[in-house]
Amino acid sequence: MKKKQLRIICPNGHLGFAPTKEESFWIGAETKPDYYCCDSGSDDIGPGPLGNDTSVSPYEWQKHDLELMLVASRKQGVPMMIGSSGDTGTNSRVDMYVEMIRDLANKHHLPPFKLIYFYSELDKAHLRRKMEQGITIEGLDDRKNLTLEELEQTDRIVAMAGVHPFIKALEMGADVIIGGRSSDAAIFAAAAIYEGFPESHSYYLGKVLECASFCAEPYMAKESVIGTITHEDVKVTAMHPNQHCTVASVAGHAMYERSNPFYEYFAGGTLDMTNCKYEQYDEKTARITGQVFIPTQGKIKVKLEGSGKIGERYLGIVGIRDPYSIRNIDKVIEWARSQVEERFSGKEYQLFYNIYGKNGVMGDLEPVKEIKSHELCVIVEGVAPTKGMAEEVTLIGSRQIFYARLPEVKGTAGTAAFVIDGVLSAPPAYQWTMNHVIPVDDPMELFKVYETTVK
Amino acid sequence: MKTKKLVELAKTIRSKNAGTDKITFDIIFREKENYDLMKKSKVLTKQTIAKLFNIPEERISDFVEFDPAFAIKFTIYRKQPSGSPGETDVFGCQQYPPLLDIEIPVEQ
Repeated sequence: MKKKQLRIICPNGHLGFAPTKEESFWIGAETKPDYYCCDSGSDDIGPGPLGNDTSVSPYEWQKHDLELMLVASRKQGVPMMIGSSGDTGTNSRVDMYVEMIRDLANKHHLPPFKLIYFYSELDKAHLRRKMEQGITIEGLDDRKNLTLEELEQTDRIVAMAGVHPFIKALEMGADVIIGGRSSDAAIFAAAAIYEGFPESHSYYLGKVLECASFCAEPYMAKESVIGTITHEDVKVTAMHPNQHCTVASVAGHAMYERSNPFYEYFAGGTLDMTNCKYEQYDEKTARITGQVFIPTQGKIKVKLEGSGKIGERYLGIVGIRDPYSIRNIDKVIEWARSQVEERFSGKEYQLFYNIYGKNGVMGDLEPVKEIKSHELCVIVEGVAPTKGMAEEVTLIGSRQIFYARLPEVKGTAGTAAFVIDGVLSAPPAYQWTMNHVIPVDDPMELFKVYETTVK
Repeated sequence: MKTKKLVELAKTIRSKNAGTDKITFDIIFREKENYDLMKKSKVLTKQTIAKLFNIPEERISDFVEFDPAFAIKFTIYRKQPSGSPGETDVFGCQQYPPLLDIEIPVEQ
């Protein structure tokens, strides 16, 4: 029989990135939602974690958040669905989350359950063959189509799963789904579509739930919200005692982190929110109608994220208090740069100065040109092919601020204050080499699904 | 003409990454009157945004008036993808402050 409504809880906008707040989670869990869903990734964290295959979220926080969801969902016997495991959704992160689930099941003596996990990582050679067959990897956000050269510069690629692998896993009878890189909204949409609800409301449900309490007010992160879908509408309710989902907060959330508030793109179609109607349903709940889903005409396109290594990296921290040096900071930096260039002329390296107190946060976008601070902090970033060279580039670039040759400087015993006399090893520097889409014949072709029983 | 600063009129003024290649700015008003005032003033346009941040207009990818949320939204292309070497704001969330002091005419 077709369900009249479905309720999904989202405890966290990015599982593990900061721990889920427990009070509102348990308030939500007590209402017995039909699904427990959460995304655990973001491209906000920069290209380093994907390239380097690491997490930025601490292991203990990730496990804490999984534990809450696993214990609550297994107690009720309803599905739990996780996308973008471990911040990046690479295979190693999926494996890590699968192990965490096994550990937690053991810890809580849970009865056996079916765990389905899928990988989103894409082999470079596979993509090269596709490109050699003449398939265009189309650039997003004004990027050009992918070249073989750019592919070569890429170290790791993930494909962004839409609803398809999640629906497949539910069809296989999953109790727990651990996903590779996924579109956050698709996790929730998949549950609703699988349960027979219209695509329009299902995708909107995902769109509004994916950041948890960010769709409520006042501003509080990591609190649970519950979305309710029917065949006619979507409703979203804040679980924290002091939070409310209002017309303003929910409409405002539609535009969060997107360049356009009217359209949201998925592998398989576009959610059109142009004619969305927002109403206050009750004190804590907003109701949304009018959303439309437009399926893709022709081949489905799957988004790809790729990260490529630029080099090894060190950071230097330099304080400046001398007013004459502050007034002439550009000359000071020019001197330090010249000393690095003198040592490494013709070699491949990159050197950056973030000058806090001048334009350290906004760089070229900073409209305030006059330095008003009595002290400056300069972060020196040196990138080079080897660790040794990166360290030396950064060390010269930092220490030569101390030796800057300004004609009228009074402090001739050094014009830089160091926290430590040295530079700090930083994670290697990476760059987003791919923000593209690939056309596919079958939306499952880039995702491998595996099944196991956790005993 | 009497003016008020945007920070006094708007409920939310924020910036954030929109994917790896863009930063998006949201200005959200609590009251429709203030939203209408802002829209009517034409103080914020692609031209004035370009001037404020000292960028060519081509770097502004979207400029949208979003009535359901009483919000004005614009998006700019980053010079480099987020988190590239030389990054100063990996989340893009501290690029809005120049908007706070924009003066909006409040009376004719």
